[in-house]
Amino acid sequence: MATPETEIVVEDPTAPADDSPSVVSIRSVDIVVSLALLALAALLGFDNWRTGIAWASDGPEAGYFPFYLAVILAAASLYGLIGSLVSRVGAAATFVTRDQLRRVMQVFIPTLLFCLFTQWLGLYVASFLLIAGFMRLVGRIALWKSLLTAFLFAIAMFATFDLAFDVIMPKGPLEAALGY
Amino acid sequence: MEALGLLLHGFSVLLTWKVLAVMMVGLVLGIFVGVLPGLGGPNGVAILLPLTFTMDPTSAIVMLSCIYWGALFGGAITSILFNIPGEAWSVATTFDGYPMAQQGKAAEALTAAFTSSFIGSLAAVLLITFLAPGIASFALQFGPPEFFSVYLLTFCSFVGLGREEKHKTIISMTLGLLLAGIGMDTVSGTLRMTFGWNELLRGVNFLVAVIGLFGISEILLTMEERLALRGHAASINLRVVLKVWKELPRYWVTLLRSCAIGCWLGITPGGAIAASFMGYNLAKRFSADKDSFGTGRIEGVFAPETAAHASGTSALLPMLALGIPGSGTAAILLGGLMVWGLNPGPLLFVEHKDFVWGLIASMYLGNVVGLVLVLTTVPIFAAILRVPFAAIAPMIVVSCAIGAYAIQNAMFDIWLMLGFGVVGYVFKKIGIPLAPFTLALVLGSRAEDAFRLSMIGAGGDLTVFWSNGLVGSITTLALILLFWPLISRLLEHAGRLWQGEVTKPGIRPE
Repeated sequence: MATPETEIVVEDPTAPADDSPSVVSIRSVDIVVSLALLALAALLGFDNWRTGIAWASDGPEAGYFPFYLAVILAAASLYGLIGSLVSRVGAAATFVTRDQLRRVMQVFIPTLLFCLFTQWLGLYVASFLLIAGFMRLVGRIALWKSLLTAFLFAIAMFATFDLAFDVIMPKGPLEAALGY
Repeated sequence: MEALGLLLHGFSVLLTWKVLAVMMVGLVLGIFVGVLPGLGGPNGVAILLPLTFTMDPTSAIVMLSCIYWGALFGGAITSILFNIPGEAWSVATTFDGYPMAQQGKAAEALTAAFTSSFIGSLAAVLLITFLAPGIASFALQFGPPEFFSVYLLTFCSFVGLGREEKHKTIISMTLGLLLAGIGMDTVSGTLRMTFGWNELLRGVNFLVAVIGLFGISEILLTMEERLALRGHAASINLRVVLKVWKELPRYWVTLLRSCAIGCWLGITPGGAIAASFMGYNLAKRFSADKDSFGTGRIEGVFAPETAAHASGTSALLPMLALGIPGSGTAAILLGGLMVWGLNPGPLLFVEHKDFVWGLIASMYLGNVVGLVLVLTTVPIFAAILRVPFAAIAPMIVVSCAIGAYAIQNAMFDIWLMLGFGVVGYVFKKIGIPLAPFTLALVLGSRAEDAFRLSMIGAGGDLTVFWSNGLVGSITTLALILLFWPLISRLLEHAGRLWQGEVTKPGIRPE
């Protein structure tokens, strides 16, 4: 039934190696996240306390409900923090290896740049740059294919959202020059 | 039967060219989303939601629910052909589906998966058709205390019955509830937790958070994996389909059992993932030939797929009848309802009959059309996997950004989405579940309003949550569920003590 033509093979030449060294353990990330949540809970709890957490004549004040939520959040984070400080479980477990981090950054940094460029150049130009750049630099796909795909995708998005569905996206100097 | 008449009315709402076209587009997009790595049901629905903003609510919900059905169908394709579960609830399908494909029986396995998905969904839709109106009309008598107790029950059952560590579920839930409170307080008009920052006045939009948490973080997680894959495209012909369908009646017990498991776990927040594993394990346990499971048994495809889809579909029942979503995807659909200006809850059945019955009718029609569509187009969709991920990943990022921006036309939301993407990535890796967060964020302000309205009504007396039999038993049940792990341990302990006394009659206490 399976003829050679129907076989689908996709290679991944830059896949992370299985034996790549660990960058940070799950336990360390657990502790950092617990501390961050504790700080957030304290900040939100304080703000709600300032808003008012007492009972007014017409029921609880605006800060009442979120204040107690912040208290519960703080308690749960503290429990998690103490738990990961006391036990050594997860100390050996890897949160992310060096190879994995490299690959994640390969997506994250372009995404960050894309968001920045969207602010200045508009979404469509930024998405053209993101797709073409990502395909060429990370995926090592032929330049003409990358440029063509990115161009067609940006045009298709523009036609779908701005023209057909009236969902207006942020625009930059290029669209202004073209009269949109 | 009143429900049948209303259902027929629903079909009449549905059978216009426009709605049918929207349905086909939704299904195709959904299968696409289900097949692509790094995208699944909830992400797909969240990213494509902005497309529906300019539609009327009925077309919009039909499109979204069809994306959801399509994604459910699509997940099975990659599990069987490539041993890559597109969704967590497709994992159990790979146990027997992939071995079948390796033995050259991919077409049978796919047909079995699609057919059992269809059967599971159908069972759940029947349940919705006949149960939801009753529950909704019962819930019409609910006041704020009753609603708050139902919300409490939902939250508590997540904590008590979830498989994750309890404190992590609580962290996820309180964080969601807190973020839901940011911005203008709806009761008093006071500003809360904005720290004088204008961008926060609007509050944290639920859909922006979902797009970040599920869409962006999923891309980051997918990049960590080895993305190579190898498998065979398969095409399904009519002969195979008929052969599998002829065998179907032999497995009626398995199918029925999986339907029941799925419906139950879908309505309670157990979820499709638990349902698919439970369906598979029970089929294995009750089978005469246990060892043949995992080697490519067609029953091992029927059982988890039926359960997963029954569960995924019945999760919409509490959403329609009570305004409480039973799953992450249902929560996103609920977010959609609010965008289109519909207030989810029991009143929907009274005030928006066309909408509700159109949606229920679309579940029937969408599943039938979806079944035919996947059976005929599998080779095309399997070929999508040839497209390199390096081309797909940036396109998904762009779609996420478009989705996040379109909701409120705010650049700030794109940054918020990126932030949530990082949070979702970290949370998933350290085991903080995202479903309670999603649920809390979408229900947060409604739960708080219900609480404060009950308090205003009762003059600040907390016993209002035990003021009558109904609200009292729901609240008590919620508290029992919250402390269920503790209670069950105590019961076990007590049982052991009691047994110890019985088995050791010779020892007399001094």
